[in-house]
Amino acid sequence: MRSYQEKINQLIMHSVLLLYTLICMFPVYLLLSNSFKKRKAIFKEPLSLPSEETFSLTGFTKMFSRVDFGIFFYNSITVTLITLFLVLLFGAMAAWALSEYKFKGNTMLGLYLAFGIMMPIKLGTVSVLQVLNSMGLVNTLTGLIVVYTAQSLPLAIWILSEFMKQVNNELKEAARCDGVNEYQLFFYIILPLLRPPLATVAVFTMVPVWNDIWWPLVLAPSSGKQTVILGMQQYIGQYVTNWNAVFASLSTALIPILIFYIIFSKQLIRSITSGAVK
Amino acid sequence: MKKKFPYHIIVFLFPACFIYTIFMIFPLFDTLRISFYTQDLMGSNLDNTTGVRTFTGINNYRILFFDELWSYHFWNALKNNTYFFILHVSIQTPIGLLIAAFLSSKELKFKGTYRTLIFLPAMMSIVIVGYIFNLILSNLWGIPQTLLGAVGLENLYQPWLGLKETALITISLISIWQFVGIPMMLFYAALLNIPDEVLEASKIDGSNGITTFWYIKLPLIMPTVGLMVILTYVGNFNAFDLIFAIRGLYAGPEFSTDLMGTFFYRTFFGFQHQLGNPTMGATVASATFGIILIGVLLYLFAFQKRITRYQY
Repeated sequence: MRSYQEKINQLIMHSVLLLYTLICMFPVYLLLSNSFKKRKAIFKEPLSLPSEETFSLTGFTKMFSRVDFGIFFYNSITVTLITLFLVLLFGAMAAWALSEYKFKGNTMLGLYLAFGIMMPIKLGTVSVLQVLNSMGLVNTLTGLIVVYTAQSLPLAIWILSEFMKQVNNELKEAARCDGVNEYQLFFYIILPLLRPPLATVAVFTMVPVWNDIWWPLVLAPSSGKQTVILGMQQYIGQYVTNWNAVFASLSTALIPILIFYIIFSKQLIRSITSGAVK
Repeated sequence: MKKKFPYHIIVFLFPACFIYTIFMIFPLFDTLRISFYTQDLMGSNLDNTTGVRTFTGINNYRILFFDELWSYHFWNALKNNTYFFILHVSIQTPIGLLIAAFLSSKELKFKGTYRTLIFLPAMMSIVIVGYIFNLILSNLWGIPQTLLGAVGLENLYQPWLGLKETALITISLISIWQFVGIPMMLFYAALLNIPDEVLEASKIDGSNGITTFWYIKLPLIMPTVGLMVILTYVGNFNAFDLIFAIRGLYAGPEFSTDLMGTFFYRTFFGFQHQLGNPTMGATVASATFGIILIGVLLYLFAFQKRITRYQY
């Protein structure tokens, strides 16, 4: 009797989850499958997979002949990687100082840095533009990098200091007794221990930076400094009636994130569920 | 022996504090300051200070809240944004809870696959999501007609994104579709943290799956639900990308999908015949800042303090 009831429960749960998974995947499937089809097939049989007769790469060839997506990818990759490096390095350094050393104003500084977790930097756009302009950083990748770094640091510092507090005290004391100075202690002993939380922070930093449109739109509206998302948006704006090209450009912008997610989803989900973010 | 001044603390803290202060804290508060000024718009560029600014006190706010030319758009965006938020909380939270509750059940198979796929949309760029749904819901392509036709409900179809009455709801649903994975994940993590003894005890006391969830699990994960609500609030009042991708900067039809983010962009950078206005832009941004701050403070002082936290 009991197992019968359990089987019914399982059935209900699986059907709900399956249905919802299908709802989640359907638009992604439509996008990817239609970007490899002939124009006619897109309209005639939008729901089917590309077959031998309907397969075509016209969208991609048209798109790559009109715009240099290579430059967009170069810009996005440069901005994302440099931001990531700065956030991990500076974030870890600050988190270490906050969690390891007792000094006056420690708590206040922690709160000051945490303020940015809740307050979106977007609201400071009017002034950011002035600041960057006075430094000559408007329409440069450097401008994007500094803004993204500032925006990502608060969460990074917060997550990392939670982990720093758990580092074994004896380890630190032993190292200090051996005459290791504070810099060596941090860079050679503490940082290598922090690989898992650093990976978590890396994902939380990279995805929003890669996906953002606001700052590229505000800071670098044209002239070869577009990121992939902005470049795609401008391209679609121009060729909105060419469905092949629209699908192709959306897929091109989406595929890197899909690959990234397929590779890192296990670690990402484990780090969320193990309490990296609470 | 006199202790050396701890220079290393400063070295560790300086880079992060410097970048954060210059490019985040300063601009946020400088924007508040700019909102008390007015600027000659002719001959000035958006990204510099060549236009002469004069101090006007709270006049910009008076214009924003009460002047006919501005107040309609401000209250309209605020109303839409509030609606956008309410829809998110009331639809996203239950779906997230339900999926998380199912996923946390012990005997279930394929958990990992469900979790990965349901979280996937949250990783995608909002702009891409916006364009995909623009195509899917467009009249030309006919996907909803086909799907509704398959179950004989073809008559229900309307160009949802193009109608004043349905555009905002449709856009909210798209946004909910994309971000359900986030509450699901947070709730799932919180449910996993409930110790087995608690659940065993309730089982012995004769509680079934539904009563256990309702009376035991849900109260225990209430802090996470609260956190999710405030994260959604901040995200919603900061939203821009989805409207921009689907309806453009005019947030049509007839501004029915206008949110604080799109209103801010139009004010600051200008649109149609209206010149971009940095000081009014700063005023809109500061008003949004205030709205977000009120929400966060309410959460911290009212909700956070009252709710019981269980230590296990």
